[in-house]
Amino acid sequence: MDRKENVIFGVNGPVVTVRDSKTFFMQEMVLVGRERLVGEVIRVTAQETLIQVYEETTGVRPGDPVIATGEPLSVTLGPGLVGDILDGIERPLRAIAAKDGVFIGRGTPVGMLDTEKRWPTHLTVSVGEELTGGSVFAEVRETESFLHRSMIPPSLSGMVVWAAPDGEYTIEEPVLRLRDADGAEHAVMLAQKWPIRQPRPFRERLPFTTPLITGQRVIDSVFPIAKGGTAAIPGGFGTGKTMTQHQLAKWCDADLIVYVGCGERGNEMTQVLDEFGELIDPRTGKKLTERTILIANTSNMPVAAREASIYTGITLAEYFRDMGYDVAMMADSTSRWAEALREISGRLEEMPAEEGFPAYLPSRLSAFYERAGSVNALSGHRGSVTVVGAVSPQGNDFSEPVTQNTKRFTRVFWALDKSLAYARHYPSINWMDSYSEYGPELAPYFNARVNPNFTECRRRIVSLLLEESSLMEIVKLVGADVLPDDQRLIIDIARVIRVGFLQQNAYHPDDTYVPLEKQFLMMQTILYLYDAAKALVETGKPAARITETGLYEKLIRMKFDIPNSDLSGFDTVKAEIDATMARLFEPPKEPLSAR
Amino acid sequence: MIISYQGLQEISGSLIALEGVSGVGYEEQAEIRLRDGTVRTGKIARIDGDRVIVQVFEGTSGFSLENTETVFRGRPMSLPLSAGILGRVFDGTGKPRDGLGPVFSDCVRDINGSAINPVERVYPRNYICTGISAIDALSTLIRGQKLPIFSGYGMKHNELAVQIVSQAKIAGEEHARFAVVFAAMGVKNDVAAYFRRCFEDAGVLDHVAMFLNTSNDPIIERTVTPRCALTAAEYLAFDLGMHVLVVMTDMTSYCEALREFSSSKGEIPGRKGYPGYLYSDLASLYERAGMVKGKMGSVTQIPILTMPNDDIGHPIPDLTGYITEGQIVLDRALNGKGIYPPINVLLSLSRLMKDGIGEGYTRADHAALMNQLFSSYSKVQDARALSAVIGEDELSETDKRYLQFGQAFETKFIAQGEHESRSIEETLDLGWEMLRLLPASEMDRLDPKLLAQHFGEEG
Repeated sequence: MDRKENVIFGVNGPVVTVRDSKTFFMQEMVLVGRERLVGEVIRVTAQETLIQVYEETTGVRPGDPVIATGEPLSVTLGPGLVGDILDGIERPLRAIAAKDGVFIGRGTPVGMLDTEKRWPTHLTVSVGEELTGGSVFAEVRETESFLHRSMIPPSLSGMVVWAAPDGEYTIEEPVLRLRDADGAEHAVMLAQKWPIRQPRPFRERLPFTTPLITGQRVIDSVFPIAKGGTAAIPGGFGTGKTMTQHQLAKWCDADLIVYVGCGERGNEMTQVLDEFGELIDPRTGKKLTERTILIANTSNMPVAAREASIYTGITLAEYFRDMGYDVAMMADSTSRWAEALREISGRLEEMPAEEGFPAYLPSRLSAFYERAGSVNALSGHRGSVTVVGAVSPQGNDFSEPVTQNTKRFTRVFWALDKSLAYARHYPSINWMDSYSEYGPELAPYFNARVNPNFTECRRRIVSLLLEESSLMEIVKLVGADVLPDDQRLIIDIARVIRVGFLQQNAYHPDDTYVPLEKQFLMMQTILYLYDAAKALVETGKPAARITETGLYEKLIRMKFDIPNSDLSGFDTVKAEIDATMARLFEPPKEPLSAR
Repeated sequence: MIISYQGLQEISGSLIALEGVSGVGYEEQAEIRLRDGTVRTGKIARIDGDRVIVQVFEGTSGFSLENTETVFRGRPMSLPLSAGILGRVFDGTGKPRDGLGPVFSDCVRDINGSAINPVERVYPRNYICTGISAIDALSTLIRGQKLPIFSGYGMKHNELAVQIVSQAKIAGEEHARFAVVFAAMGVKNDVAAYFRRCFEDAGVLDHVAMFLNTSNDPIIERTVTPRCALTAAEYLAFDLGMHVLVVMTDMTSYCEALREFSSSKGEIPGRKGYPGYLYSDLASLYERAGMVKGKMGSVTQIPILTMPNDDIGHPIPDLTGYITEGQIVLDRALNGKGIYPPINVLLSLSRLMKDGIGEGYTRADHAALMNQLFSSYSKVQDARALSAVIGEDELSETDKRYLQFGQAFETKFIAQGEHESRSIEETLDLGWEMLRLLPASEMDRLDPKLLAQHFGEEG
């Protein structure tokens, strides 16, 4: 084979050209220049090979060597990922900090999982067993609360001819030997490599049956997402995208969170690190960092690595899914990823489509979101990857290409609204523009697990909000005073829903996470008041009299007044509604003066 | 050995092409000497084999294909630094323009800087008291934050920036180790002079390093001005342990320079002709704010940008807002009413304030007060809209109180003098005073205890 050294010909931003080489293949990982910067082959022609470099190319010179690795850009999968913070191509940032200090240096090799650390390993297979690709062969206690199941690489299968005794092993030591059908023996380690742009295989996709429970009322009760589902959170700056993502990462009932900070603020990643290091996961009693993998490619880190970070994240998510875990991946923000695509595409002088984005933007987006799902894995376990992608629409305009294309490939749309955010209504999810297509698929779960009336309550709550919205058109023109009493009642009760139910205070100890049971009781109590009040108004009593009783305020405060641990307060509230209504039904002692 | 290259292959706008060049690196600094002895600087923008494209900061006027001699410096564009840069005035590329001779440098730094490793950052929590109520109470500035001012032509953003710089103090800390780095990009000479005069009046001039690229200076130079300023700021903060406030004005001119340069390179434009990498480029500036582990100092940024046509959706404010930790938005209508500072508090936001206010930072009641003020003031807008349709007389009693509250809030709380510095206690007490103009039943964000405390019997 021709082993003549390849050298750099040209440099243009993150794109490096090599002339007269025919040995590179597409998406091959290469090491560029004397500092061995990591790059990936993105175009091969007879004359030229184009390489996108994942690090700053300042100082890179023509004539410097380009080394082919013979492998596609891959990540190392194995123990040591959970609780760590990595850059866009899986380099541990803590290790980089130890090497380079405060500022990120260049030329750190990829896939630098800790190879020194010895992991307590228990082999679950014995000599003579036939194993197929993807089956579990060992269990590793990765953190106190997280059990890592090591799997045979998907391409490998055969009979176990040797298994290491239980003990402590590094990720590079062979712990198992397999003999395949051709009689060749393969050593299996705790870690394996996987190309980030290739989805990991599984047996079959499963239907969506379980919601990802987030403890956020507007999400769980109104616009739920299934485990294995996809959601988009579009919103202009300041609408609380990141805040919503953080809340989901903190409270959702996934086993593992992969949080990708893609082209976002450095301080936000630091905040996640600090905060998750202190917060306790209510289900395991351990720190939240013990179920979180952070991928940080902040906006000032190299743009090509930003493009890769989304794939790195989803590959890690798929790996843990294959172990039988429910994984939730938060990508903040996919717009930055799309912009990275645009930037690289521009450097390649490709013909742009809408707003300068490359024409392959929709296909890249759909390929990414299709890697979500609830599956029967090769290991025989059921696992899921839920993807929640934030979208940062340019100029808060939801008709721009990234938002529109994301909408096509995701089934939940939590539209964040600037005007709600300005009024400090958080989470600022607009109930008119948002939707969830998982409602019908998840209805059996809610009705069976929470209450048979759950979906009915949801339907009524949503329709009250819809009615309010059309009434508000009138109110804006002529004021609320002219509305007939039954319509005023809708306005009042919808306010209770908006302020008391949809608004949620992330900083309140009880309100930051609300169990489904309480969410349901809140909806039910609000509707209970509405029904009682409606009966009252139908007898001709003015709606304003209910306002005077302070019942609305009482219901709005339910979320704070009734603790999550003791829901008996709802009975008290209902009793109070009954008593107040009974009092209002009695004829007044003296005739009402005309209001 | 340094090789010099005679003549050029091509001149196009601010770009020149040389052929037969070897041994140079991407983004390396170049010096181009003309026959008449003048020297201009540039940097390598693209390499194709032995053909090199250089962008010339001072422009190519006077260049011919034969009258130049180009030398490559073997390193990226860098800035000599020492504590002596304070009190000095530099041009947009970091060369002294105050006639006081060169800076005797302790070190030389690449102006592009490097990304701060997120694990080495310290999450900013210490609030900076600016003495301006609308900022301190509702969009609190935090040390290490990047908080831009979104303004429009003809509004008092410069005055506001000066007021912030001269009044800013950190509760309970000595004021000695602070510095101001001022970067002017494409501003008028009188604006630059205004800032200088104000720093002088405030007695801080010997703590200020100024990097000036005025509107008649070359455009390409403007693209490196903020990088020089931030390199200086990082040096002062992380090497000398100072708390540095960086004022950068006007980011709009900077972005326009970038667009001009991009189009001269023949790049594919994104929105409104701005290059597709505008976000990455702005991020490489704004993300150079913060605090890091094991270092005393901090870099706090106050970029100022003028929104073309007051449009907050324009790419420059839009992309800025996505990177910075909030924004202070100035409002044409408030400005028209003669209110200074004309801060639109509903559009303004500080993302870092939630962890930097309350007990131990400002005052325990701060968060509740802020939420209630926002909530109430946003209802003022509804009441005003309604009043515009049906007339003030027809409004309900509550809506009328909202109008009164809105008026008082704007003229007493937001408005203040250009030299008036209010303590955080004064500001918060004033906030409560404003809220008391409304009936207690309208306080939907307050818990009963605060309600009783501030509304007494009525509550």
